[in-house]
Amino acid sequence: MSKILEVKDLSLHYLTRFGQKVHAVTDVSFTMNQGEILGIAGESGCGKSTLVNGLMGLFIPPLYPTGGDVLVGGESLMNRKPEDVRLNVLSQKVSMIPQGAFNALNPTRKIKDIAADVIAAHGSGQSVSKHQIYERLKERFDLFGMDTDHILNSYPIQLTAGERQRSVIGISTLLNPKVVIADEPTSALDVTTQKVVIKMIFDLLERNIFSTMIFITHELPLLRHVAHNIAIMYAGEFVEYGTSTQVVHDPRHPYTKALMGAMLSADAGQKHRKPTTIEGAPPSLAKTMVGCRFAERCPSARPECKQKTQSMRMVGERLVRCDYAE
Amino acid sequence: MLKLLKNLIKEPMFVIGSFLFLTTILAGLLGPSLYSAAPDGMSYESPSATYLLGTDNLGQDYVALLLRGLQNSLFVGFMAGIIATTIGTMVGLFAGFKGGLLDDILNMFTNLFIVIPSFVVLVLVSASWPEGRSLTLIAFLIGFTTWPWTARSVRAQAASLRGRDHISLARINGASNLQIIFKHILPYLASYVFMVFIMQVASGILSESAISMIGLGPIGEGATSLGVILNTAKNNSAITYGYWWGIFPAAIVITIIVFALYLLNNSMEGVFNPRLRK
Amino acid sequence: MQNDIIFSARNISKFFGHGKKRVCAVNEVSFDIADGEIVSIVGGSGCGKSVLAKIMLGLYSPEQGSFLYKGKNITDTRDHWNEVQSVFQDPFGCFNQFFSIRTQLKDAFGILKNKPSKQEIDRRVDEALLAVNVKPADIEGKYPFELSGGQMQRMLLARIFALKPKVLIADEPTSMVDACVRANILDYLMKLKDELRMTIIFVTHDIGLAYYVSDRIFIMHEAKIVEAGPPETVTQNPQSQHTIRLLEDIPDINREWIKK
Repeated sequence: MSKILEVKDLSLHYLTRFGQKVHAVTDVSFTMNQGEILGIAGESGCGKSTLVNGLMGLFIPPLYPTGGDVLVGGESLMNRKPEDVRLNVLSQKVSMIPQGAFNALNPTRKIKDIAADVIAAHGSGQSVSKHQIYERLKERFDLFGMDTDHILNSYPIQLTAGERQRSVIGISTLLNPKVVIADEPTSALDVTTQKVVIKMIFDLLERNIFSTMIFITHELPLLRHVAHNIAIMYAGEFVEYGTSTQVVHDPRHPYTKALMGAMLSADAGQKHRKPTTIEGAPPSLAKTMVGCRFAERCPSARPECKQKTQSMRMVGERLVRCDYAE
Repeated sequence: MLKLLKNLIKEPMFVIGSFLFLTTILAGLLGPSLYSAAPDGMSYESPSATYLLGTDNLGQDYVALLLRGLQNSLFVGFMAGIIATTIGTMVGLFAGFKGGLLDDILNMFTNLFIVIPSFVVLVLVSASWPEGRSLTLIAFLIGFTTWPWTARSVRAQAASLRGRDHISLARINGASNLQIIFKHILPYLASYVFMVFIMQVASGILSESAISMIGLGPIGEGATSLGVILNTAKNNSAITYGYWWGIFPAAIVITIIVFALYLLNNSMEGVFNPRLRK
Repeated sequence: MQNDIIFSARNISKFFGHGKKRVCAVNEVSFDIADGEIVSIVGGSGCGKSVLAKIMLGLYSPEQGSFLYKGKNITDTRDHWNEVQSVFQDPFGCFNQFFSIRTQLKDAFGILKNKPSKQEIDRRVDEALLAVNVKPADIEGKYPFELSGGQMQRMLLARIFALKPKVLIADEPTSMVDACVRANILDYLMKLKDELRMTIIFVTHDIGLAYYVSDRIFIMHEAKIVEAGPPETVTQNPQSQHTIRLLEDIPDINREWIKK
């Protein structure tokens, strides 16, 4: 197995409208091998979406890298011009499946035209006829078991939410990217449509259209079924990183424990189990922080936690950012 | 608010636009009283030390005329802008918020006004008022013929807010329709309405110049607008004999004001609508 | 539990649009909801559950069938909102960003027929804020965009605590927040129910949530209620194929969900 994505101590910040510096991502490190699916979970505002942009090397102001490195196939994505990233990285090396399919698709263009643009923008210079492009699109979209001609010849508004999201996935993976980053691809969908979309992603994986994926969501049970490994993010940091079985069934970081304890299930006998609640809100990322970022809400916090910065350490065969986790 | 202003000041377009605009406003407001016009000279004297921009057909100092004209043009522009924006915003807000029959009726009115070319109406009404067309009358005429554009765009914006949760919440809080319109919709559109107002002022100034140019502008003592200056110059053969100082200065002043307003509008759009920011 | 019927629907339907584009959002739906009951309406997107919620809230009225609140038609919506209130999905979309939170919480009292005195309103707002674990001083002078999503969601709840309605319609009250905050919000809602003996109608796509909170669950599919019953029956012994499908589609950590 070869390393396909390496992230080393990546820190990112962005500037708000009023010039305030927000440290959205702090010291995130992980490595992904070919064929791996990594799930990243965390609540809204924990820095997930900023991380996505960083992983694509897309540093369009107001987003700036603070430090660290991202390597795709050994090639660094840092310090490159946005135009260079757009032409040589996006769609081919790293591609993204966004959350809101509706916003991602230009409403005034048909699906086939949007898709053709992706091919044209990354073409090898030779001109391809419209017919050839259409045939290529049809071949790819046929794999999804949808009414290809109808989808390709429709405007985004004429499609259902599920069809739109699947079209977006089809377009994002047209050029067989090395790494696909799915940013909450199913959060706007209901459970039935969600399952259809996930099935389609698995289908693409099976056909080797792409093999390595980062799947971002706030829904842990979903990751249990989708990802091999899971990273839990809190206030810009990874707080736990392990296999999906480890993280979901045997969490060690207090935050992960709280997240799992708060799950509601429709399983028999779960009705009278009271979900765990934790008070408070994550700290503002605009301030400089000392000590453990979860300390204020942590049910098992000790007095020293607020001063002592925690680093990732091995606990029960996975990494946990807590000195007292067992 | 302060932060918004700070952001605006960072925009070079806004700085240039507001500088030009403030200069023209100051010139228009204070110019006529501060500048002492040179005594009347000969007809169409070319620019000299006494007459910086020459004289007109009656030998009047062009600088004084221009300042007076600027003041009057700005007055007409603002007046027309205020009238058009007020009517348009009210109509648009009610139509957009209420929907249904009221919307249909208001829409019909707006469409009617849009279909009839406002300039033609302006020309016809002006022409049927052969005497005593004051600046105020012209301003009212322009205001009353241009509000539909504002109404239409405000209506679209208000309609898009109508379905928002905060409106539903206000409703189950027991807010009346008027309260909802003025407290929960108008503030969201304020920046938009302001930008529309700026455009209305610019188009008011242009419309006034246009009808004055064809001789249907304000008439009477002191009703010298920039358009009237152009019209007088044209009627008195300034073009035929190449008296450029009769045409160019007035035309340039009009261009500067309108350009300044467009710059302001454009730069504000960038700040008010963060999605357009680079 | 009293057996008074709060909502009674008989074959109600609601359509949107005209001509060919006419869509049926609620199709011949009938049900009764008793006083003090917690009912969840569960279904996928576009199944008509939110429209049904808006009918109960009096924001829409059904075009066919009879819909009664306490045995009467909803004629005066202001009267209705005195007793029936709502928590919406997106807390940020619910508040006007131009006014402070406190002002808007106080505005809520505008609906009450017997509007309390100024001091009384202030007291009740403070009390409501404390009930959702927010110190009144923390939101003093704050505007909606200065608070986090979780805090804003609690402001919506504080509004309900302050108004003390008889019936609460909660339209996806937790879909915008993460699991920990969701558990918190449900906690507050249950506390509210115990304190005020409220009837609560949850509208959600999350059957796990419905199972946890409800006395009864209605499953909606394509504008119809396809199954209704106590949570145990609906989740453990579902009859309708739509319910079975819905249950299967939830990614549960202990069950196989999808074949890799």
